[in-house]
Amino acid sequence: MRRRSAGMTPKLVITDVSKRFPPLGTGRSGAGWLEVLRGVSLSARDREFVTLLGPSGCGKSTLCNIVAGLFPPDRGEVLLDGVPLAASRGRVAYMQQKDLLLPWRRVIDNATLGLEIQGAPRAAAREEARDLLRRFGLERFDLAYPRALSGGMRQRVALVRTLLCRKELLVLDEPFGALDAMTRAAMQGYLRRLQEEFGRTILFITHDVEEAVLLSDRIYVMTARPGRIRAEIPIPLPRPRQPTDGGVVQEKARLLALLHDEMAEAFR
Amino acid sequence: MKAAPVREARVPMGARATGTRGEAARAWSAPAKRLAAQAGPPALLLAAGAAAWEWAVRAFGVPFYILPAPSRIFRVLVDDRGLLAGQAAVTLEEIFLGFAIAFVVGVGLALLICASRVVERAVYPLVIASQTVPVFAIAPLLIVWFGYGLPSKVAMAALIVFFPIVVNTVDGLRAADPDAVNLLLILGASPAQVLWKIRAPGALPFVFSGIRIAVATSVIGAVIGEWVGATQGLGFTMIHANAQLHIDLVFAAIVYLSLMAVGLFLAVSGVEWVALPWRRSAGA
Repeated sequence: MRRRSAGMTPKLVITDVSKRFPPLGTGRSGAGWLEVLRGVSLSARDREFVTLLGPSGCGKSTLCNIVAGLFPPDRGEVLLDGVPLAASRGRVAYMQQKDLLLPWRRVIDNATLGLEIQGAPRAAAREEARDLLRRFGLERFDLAYPRALSGGMRQRVALVRTLLCRKELLVLDEPFGALDAMTRAAMQGYLRRLQEEFGRTILFITHDVEEAVLLSDRIYVMTARPGRIRAEIPIPLPRPRQPTDGGVVQEKARLLALLHDEMAEAFR
Repeated sequence: MKAAPVREARVPMGARATGTRGEAARAWSAPAKRLAAQAGPPALLLAAGAAAWEWAVRAFGVPFYILPAPSRIFRVLVDDRGLLAGQAAVTLEEIFLGFAIAFVVGVGLALLICASRVVERAVYPLVIASQTVPVFAIAPLLIVWFGYGLPSKVAMAALIVFFPIVVNTVDGLRAADPDAVNLLLILGASPAQVLWKIRAPGALPFVFSGIRIAVATSVIGAVIGEWVGATQGLGFTMIHANAQLHIDLVFAAIVYLSLMAVGLFLAVSGVEWVALPWRRSAGA
């Protein structure tokens, strides 16, 4: 398996991003604000697979939403290809744990949703979608409605939809979090192949240490709330990686120890 | 009615080995069988009720101007079919027009309520509160304003149908998954695209359940309108026949009205089945 090496140009640069949310229910300002992110900086090179690893509630998803342009950070900056993101939308593709397939659209029409919003010609979009669905083993389900599909198949359709948005940066927020272990392993395989064939930059969010080691070029370990970057760990292991590879086991142990310290601190 | 599906169900049993033809027949007979299973018991009960009614009327010698026997009502249905069908057409026209107006205005208002916070906060509470006004109570006013002809009945039907359509459409438009809405926004969708690609299609099942409630009540609306003041229609026929102690004709009109409501309900369900293929159950 030859892999296109990650380029040297920074695709995504996040500098000193902080975010607080107002308390729910109370009207008074100032008191009780929830600090979710504090001075988070990270970067991803072109075609790099970067993972944010951290305990639940560490602000990973908030960072995701900021990168996706859903809301701006309180402080700091997000640059995509050197251009500030500044809440301009439509520049990244996004996928989360929920597949968010629209039940009234057939599989193929769910897959082309991103292209449709961009105003791409329908016939060409469908052609492209059909090709991708075939590669993801969904060729017989083009015209099915999502309810007829299993969880893993639905998530594969969501992955095709994400890929078909034709964005260079994919933000994947715990995309396989709701799947069983075997389906999850298969999905990781699909994602790895996708990365090899299409060479997108991927910002991947997970709390699963093994998943992070298997997939990533680099891992950022986040602390519990307020989320900060605790460590940056390159994973220079050859691919494809197996959970039982010596290197994988070693990196896993290292990361678990780091997270263990972090959790111990958080619960002290 | 009951025998046919049963016999058909037997055909594929024998034909199973031959393949596609048997399977096609089985696929077709499955819904028919289900329908028979669903409609059978209430139909039997209805028949038993009618038989008891017939027997009681004859046994106790109840005069026809108090309670006519089912057989007598049936005879009126046959003998006066021209009259009844003509009057039914009038009532049906009132229902269709009233329903169409309420649907267009109701869905439009629901879209406005969901598009604008100002409209939502100002108008929606009034829409809800308007439900406390007994619409039938203003029927005499409608006669004063719109006269004895078609318009007052159309207004009555429209007023009654309006509320379930607005409320269900608003509920449906609001029911969209916020994460799905966010996904579209992240992909760069405009508010109009969010409305037409997520909110509107997601609202359709709610709209249809509103319509199903509405068609049944629209019949009531038109009839009440005709009772209060009219020169034709099934409601007018009932009032007229009642005054002349033609109770059998009153019952015949009631039969027509009931069939009308059932027919409208089935028609809506049929449209829903065609329009929302993704809602069909896996077996159908």
